[in-house]
Amino acid sequence: MRLRRALARIGQMLRKEFIQTLRDPHTRLVLIIPPIIQMVIFGYAATLEVRHVPLAVLDLDHTQESRDLISRFSASQYFDLKEEASQPDQISRGIERGDFLMALRINSGFAQRLRNGQGAVVQVIVDASNSNTALVGLGYLNQIGARFAQDYEANRMERTAPQLASFLPQVQLEARPWFNENLNSQWFFVPGVIGNLMLIMVMTLTAFAVVREREIGTLEQIMVTPIRRWEFIAGKTVPFFLIGCFDTALLALIGSFWFGVPFRGHVTVLMLGAMTFLLSALGLGLLISTFSATQQQAMVVAFFFILPAVTLSGFGTPIASMPRFFQHLSYLNPLTYVILILRSVYLKGVGLEVLWPSILYLAAFSLLMLAVAVLRFRKSLD
Amino acid sequence: MSLRRILAMMRKEVIQIRRDRSSLLIILVMPLVQLFIFGYAVNLDIKHVPLCVYDQDSTQTSQDLLKRFQATDYFNIVRVADNYRDVVYDINQGVCTVAVVVPSRFSETLRSGGHAKVQALLDASDNNSASIGMGYAQAIVQNYSSAVQLRWLQRRGLMLGPPAVTFQPRTWFNENLKSSDDFVPGVVALVMAVIGAFLTSLTIAREWERGTMEQLISTPVGKLEIQIGKLVPYFVIGIADTAICAGAAVWWFEVPFRGSWIVMLGGSVLFLITVLSLGYFISVVGKSQLTASQIALLATFLPAFLLSGFIFPIDQMPLIVRWITRLLPARYYVSILRNVFLKGAPVEMMAGQLAALAVIALVVTALSTRTFHKRLQ
Repeated sequence: MRLRRALARIGQMLRKEFIQTLRDPHTRLVLIIPPIIQMVIFGYAATLEVRHVPLAVLDLDHTQESRDLISRFSASQYFDLKEEASQPDQISRGIERGDFLMALRINSGFAQRLRNGQGAVVQVIVDASNSNTALVGLGYLNQIGARFAQDYEANRMERTAPQLASFLPQVQLEARPWFNENLNSQWFFVPGVIGNLMLIMVMTLTAFAVVREREIGTLEQIMVTPIRRWEFIAGKTVPFFLIGCFDTALLALIGSFWFGVPFRGHVTVLMLGAMTFLLSALGLGLLISTFSATQQQAMVVAFFFILPAVTLSGFGTPIASMPRFFQHLSYLNPLTYVILILRSVYLKGVGLEVLWPSILYLAAFSLLMLAVAVLRFRKSLD
Repeated sequence: MSLRRILAMMRKEVIQIRRDRSSLLIILVMPLVQLFIFGYAVNLDIKHVPLCVYDQDSTQTSQDLLKRFQATDYFNIVRVADNYRDVVYDINQGVCTVAVVVPSRFSETLRSGGHAKVQALLDASDNNSASIGMGYAQAIVQNYSSAVQLRWLQRRGLMLGPPAVTFQPRTWFNENLKSSDDFVPGVVALVMAVIGAFLTSLTIAREWERGTMEQLISTPVGKLEIQIGKLVPYFVIGIADTAICAGAAVWWFEVPFRGSWIVMLGGSVLFLITVLSLGYFISVVGKSQLTASQIALLATFLPAFLLSGFIFPIDQMPLIVRWITRLLPARYYVSILRNVFLKGAPVEMMAGQLAALAVIALVVTALSTRTFHKRLQ
């Protein structure tokens, strides 16, 4: 009997909450349009791939060999040959202006040194103001150089000692990228974006909903009704949980059908992970609402949490290359686990046998957050 | 326009900000926290890639090769497997990102002058780490291969010269390829965009929602006076944040500062005016604080984080996205900051960026002034 009455009260609260949230056409759009826009822009913009690095060359040697080396760069998809300079200051000025990011300088005598077997040096200027692009670009450069050297040596040996050349031992690396065979950047980022958007949406919405009542003064009105605190909280959070589920499904569909990210795992595993994570985000939002008197304050506190959470989640950079201290922080962060789950389910297709610790952590985290929030909420009303 | 009314409006806004001590504290501390996390934790220079090795050959030769993996900073051997199933399990589990499998008869093949293949299995779900890890592995194997060849030729009394071509790179602007050097200027822009637009995006919506707008309307204060009075206090906060960030960047992270203070100040002022006006505009249009905050998120945080070239290089984006970035103030501001900190390019070279920022600032300010009407709906 008591339970039924409690459920009836929660039902009323739910109705009020749905009416309030969905009444305003602005808000209705805000719940759907921004996540979609963010997803699409994120999906296209977030790439750490480095292709078509603008390149300039200064060839002071003008030989068959130097032209062969340059043609390897212009044929590669990693570099775009922008300019064949004739003066040294042309390349330095171009780098300063940002017209190209790399410049090769082949001094005269390059071919001569090669033929003498002395080893030739090519000078390279790199604009390293973006250190990632510079690093990856240097990697490509060395690959092309090593290939050139190998071919040159093989060629020479072929000519001087053909009987030896065919017996020269060699070790080759046969790389097999699993889960993302073409090293597609979108496949990596899109599942992570879903996790980020879930956190940002649900956390801010929940925090705002509770604080708004307090700010406008309607919270007191609710508190004089027979509704109990946990019923109030349940009524407040369930709509956002449902909206969160809806948005997650929408984002997951965009990921699969718009960006073509393969879905190799089980929907149920994804749902388990997503739901425990949504509850964690709800709990965090509620917790923030107990700290904040105004919506502006809630926004500031939420972002104080969101920015580090996104950075320390393995979303953009691997946790393994962070300093130890930040690795520990990353493993406290619920976003880390949901991104792990999303990527594993999408790309690796693994199931609960691998992912259960992550889901368990999220469940425990959400329980803890909700419990602390309910306790603090009681206090904050008195 | 009356200075007295503007000052009164500003006083009201300052009191409101001051009353909320904790927010003010967060606003001043957040940039530093961000700076520290980005400066220390975000490192695209990938090292210590977790590696699993499986040596099917178990000879001196194969161990020599694996020792080379152990000796570098780039890999951390986390597991020595003795069957293929463990290797697969580790990659699925995410215990290791790369697994190197040396086939049986590896040393035999090499001794007889054949071509031996070493397998590298990569968890490529993180495509960037995978391709960088692959590059490292390739380099190690290639070096090993040359060493084997050299020994083989020496035993037959032949000499092999030094490698035919080596590159001598000189990195400009960020000589040691420190990630923090190029992130830190970006963080300044990110923090300013977030703080600037978030705080102001709620100021007008809040007045509507609480019903205090009616009180404001009944006073003689004009709409331009409201706008100036509301934005100036936040402008001061924004400038203070920029100064804190720039100071920490230069003195703590030792990011070089090679350009002129004037350009930095000019760019910051223009950028702040733009984001503050944008927040104000959103606040007028959004009506409720919930709507306003969600729009602000979309209009400021996202472009500053994603589309400004701060982390993700703009020239790698699809053409349409590249065109969109041309409309965004964050893009110009990040480029100005990079120049001022790292490149130290002359002011003339920055003129285009500054002009673009000025135009955007003008348009946004005009737009925000025009949309706000001092009357009840």
